[in-house]
Amino acid sequence: MEQTNLQLNKPDSQTNEWDARLHHATRATREDWVGRGISYLCIGAIILVVASMLWFITSKGIATFTQNHVSVLKFLTGTNWAPDTGHIGAAPMIVGSFAVTFAAAIVATPFAIGTAIFMTEISPNRGRKLLQPVIELLVGIPSVVYGFIGLAVVVPFMRHLVGGSGFGIISATFVLFVMVLPTITSMTVDSLRAVPRYYKEASLALGATRWQTISRVILRSATSGILTAVIFGMARAFGEALAVQMVIGNAAVMPKNLISAASTLTSQLTSGIGDTIDGTLPNNALWSLALILLLMSLFFNALVRFIAKRGQLKHER
Amino acid sequence: MNAKQRDRVATVVIDLIVAAVVGILLFLLVYILSAGLPHVSWQFLTGASDPMSGAGGIGVQLFNSFYLLVLTMLISLPISLGAGIYLAEYAKDNWRTSLIRSAIEVLSSLPSVVVGLFGFLLFVVKFKMGFSVISGAIALTFFNLPLLTRNIEESLSAVSRSQREAGLSLGLSKWKTEIGIILPVALPGIVTGVVLSAGRVFGEAAALIYTAGQSAPVTNFSDWNPMDPASPLNPLRPAETLAVHIWKINTEGMASNAAQLSAAASAILILAVLLFNLGARLLGNFLYRRVTASK
Amino acid sequence: MNNGSKLAMGIAAISLLLVGCGKATSSTSSKSSSSSQALSGKVTAVGSTALQPLAAKAGTNFTTKNSKVTLTVQGGGSGTGLSQVQAGAVSIGDSDIFAEEKDGIKADKLTDHKVAVVGMAPVVNKDTGVKNLKMAQLKQIFTGKITNWKEVGGKDQKIVIVNRAQGSGTRATFENAVLKGATAVKSQEQDSNGAVQKIVSSTPGAISYLAFSYFTNKLQAVSINNITPTDNNVENNKWKIWSYEHMYTKGKPDAATAAFLTYMNSKTVQDSLVKDMGYISIHDMKVAKDAKGVVTQN
Repeated sequence: MEQTNLQLNKPDSQTNEWDARLHHATRATREDWVGRGISYLCIGAIILVVASMLWFITSKGIATFTQNHVSVLKFLTGTNWAPDTGHIGAAPMIVGSFAVTFAAAIVATPFAIGTAIFMTEISPNRGRKLLQPVIELLVGIPSVVYGFIGLAVVVPFMRHLVGGSGFGIISATFVLFVMVLPTITSMTVDSLRAVPRYYKEASLALGATRWQTISRVILRSATSGILTAVIFGMARAFGEALAVQMVIGNAAVMPKNLISAASTLTSQLTSGIGDTIDGTLPNNALWSLALILLLMSLFFNALVRFIAKRGQLKHER
Repeated sequence: MNAKQRDRVATVVIDLIVAAVVGILLFLLVYILSAGLPHVSWQFLTGASDPMSGAGGIGVQLFNSFYLLVLTMLISLPISLGAGIYLAEYAKDNWRTSLIRSAIEVLSSLPSVVVGLFGFLLFVVKFKMGFSVISGAIALTFFNLPLLTRNIEESLSAVSRSQREAGLSLGLSKWKTEIGIILPVALPGIVTGVVLSAGRVFGEAAALIYTAGQSAPVTNFSDWNPMDPASPLNPLRPAETLAVHIWKINTEGMASNAAQLSAAASAILILAVLLFNLGARLLGNFLYRRVTASK
Repeated sequence: MNNGSKLAMGIAAISLLLVGCGKATSSTSSKSSSSSQALSGKVTAVGSTALQPLAAKAGTNFTTKNSKVTLTVQGGGSGTGLSQVQAGAVSIGDSDIFAEEKDGIKADKLTDHKVAVVGMAPVVNKDTGVKNLKMAQLKQIFTGKITNWKEVGGKDQKIVIVNRAQGSGTRATFENAVLKGATAVKSQEQDSNGAVQKIVSSTPGAISYLAFSYFTNKLQAVSINNITPTDNNVENNKWKIWSYEHMYTKGKPDAATAAFLTYMNSKTVQDSLVKDMGYISIHDMKVAKDAKGVVTQN
């Protein structure tokens, strides 16, 4: 503890006791040290985990460029993916991943916002009792089950609706839409709930209708929260593998349209990784795909931080 | 169209959206349950699996899923509690904290197959833990940490300042205030977070294929010594979970009734998640009443 | 820490509850009878998902007889199996293909144990109306030269090719036997028999290839040059698309591993289990194939 200047002219024994009391940390302070120590330890553990993951993926992912001497530009723009013959153009998967991610986010967002408004503004009671548990339940359905329902239901449906084989970006979009809906909805609900009550009350008191209040006051002040929700949904869509792989067709070709088979970074990674040998080009190339995924999730996070910062400037929490 | 009409139209649109969402959810639930439940029997729930003959049960897998969940929570809950307290209480609002937050979030958005392979190469191979419950639990902890940490931090921060100030003004340490006053109040929120992440743990397959493994050796349920190789509690035995089992039946299952087996297992999985949600919610409310002494 | 311990108690309560559940549903699994053999040790087999069901089943039977041996069989793919056995991380690496066929594997450091044979055949959706193809036609379909079923005597329908993942053993076997060096057209790729089975039986105009044991009545197995895909035709090499299932070990296997490999090759496994599970017994083969694909009479 800090050195104190509180020395008084007292007999020696007294001074010592005071000294001891003042220099000795109180129980509360000691507890705080312990607490601080524990929480630092925990955060340290997490950072260690993250750092080791980052190091692991990066070191494996850049081997394609450092050991196999593939040019980064060729990797990113090449359209021929045949690692066994040395062609590793990752563009088809990059485009595929972005296409399904954005499409799913665009479809899911209105649904998520609508549901969230219903749960917070229109019928909070039913929302909490009914919708919330069901949405939480949806998170627990394994992606492989989503994949096979997609294969059994969505793919034939799309085949009848738009023709083609039914496999493609449009089917993947539909499956991902259902998968990211819980994420986006529950986070949107959180951000709508965080809007101060008096905003709403003030607006209603001014004679605005419910919709005017929702659209001009509540949604507007929750914008940054909703954007964050959407980006988290996109991050989940970007990283989803098993379900997408079943319905997108998993063909490593540039997607020509929404109804032809395409592939994503994760679907290629998942389907190929077991068949490659550690340290060879096909294996390294797959890790490079993982590196792209990692960089993308870093990017999504940076975006969330940026939006959150902008949002904070507008109104304090 | 005036404001009133617009209001009505908007309400109808939102109702339609909610109806659509509920419709999709109901369809999924009904689809999974109706396809699976007719094939569920007591023998299916308790028997050992045998994907070849088709007479498979999921007793061991069901147990494994729960055991893995408990172990994962035992590892990840204390860590994320500490980390959540750090972020809510001790962290200053600067670039370092922002970096830490980003790091945690990155962990949650990694594709599960990458985490699985990381766990495989590091824990299973390098640390020689083998395909085991404990390897799986650590891999799942990686997913769980960010979700739980964020949730705990949010639940803690949501507790009003006055509670914190009351604690501090009583001469309690920050730590004691956090543990003794703030945490109990935040408990229902934390429980919700635990339930959500439990759902994810239950449904996770890709990360476990390479860590907890895809085999469920015959376990002896009368042997509860965790050191014994045949004991279900042994953390070093391979443990195929229900979600991995569903994945395996669907990918390499040879039984003629593989589709029914998978449907039945999926239905059970959904029911298990449902029961877990309800149970955790009740427990959360109970704990909340106990620790806050409120009625 | 009072409330903290309450929390801990809560967690403990959950776990106890769950443990209780597990106990309530405890199966009637009997403890394996201990044998007089003192064989003990730990065997881990990792790799090929095609071999996994057989290895797992045989492993269970093996450990019933040798209760001191802990035997774990995992999938993960042939590449994983070969990588890990080469690295010495596992005792057995399961593979669908010869180690010589994989870049990055030093095959001379590994010992090959062939434990079964798997026959593969083209499968098509039932609607196509095709039951037989010439080998040349099959090659033209997979190289993208033929794109409609009517060109090979089926109905007027676009061909949807479902290939296996690049680098997979199944695909390598198929391409060696059918494409013979030609490059397959870029198409859908799936990484498991189950996925292919489901997709081909539900997608109009779909064609792919499957191991014999995955045939169902929902899809049509195709004969090639009027030779039907049967075990007998594989055994005398009339049917060309087949491969071995390998168990690779590095160096001299330990006692338990060696015993398990002997067991895999025994009559008990080869004559009953292997056949029951839809594989072809290594004992029944009248020909042998080497890593270069050269076939010799036994």
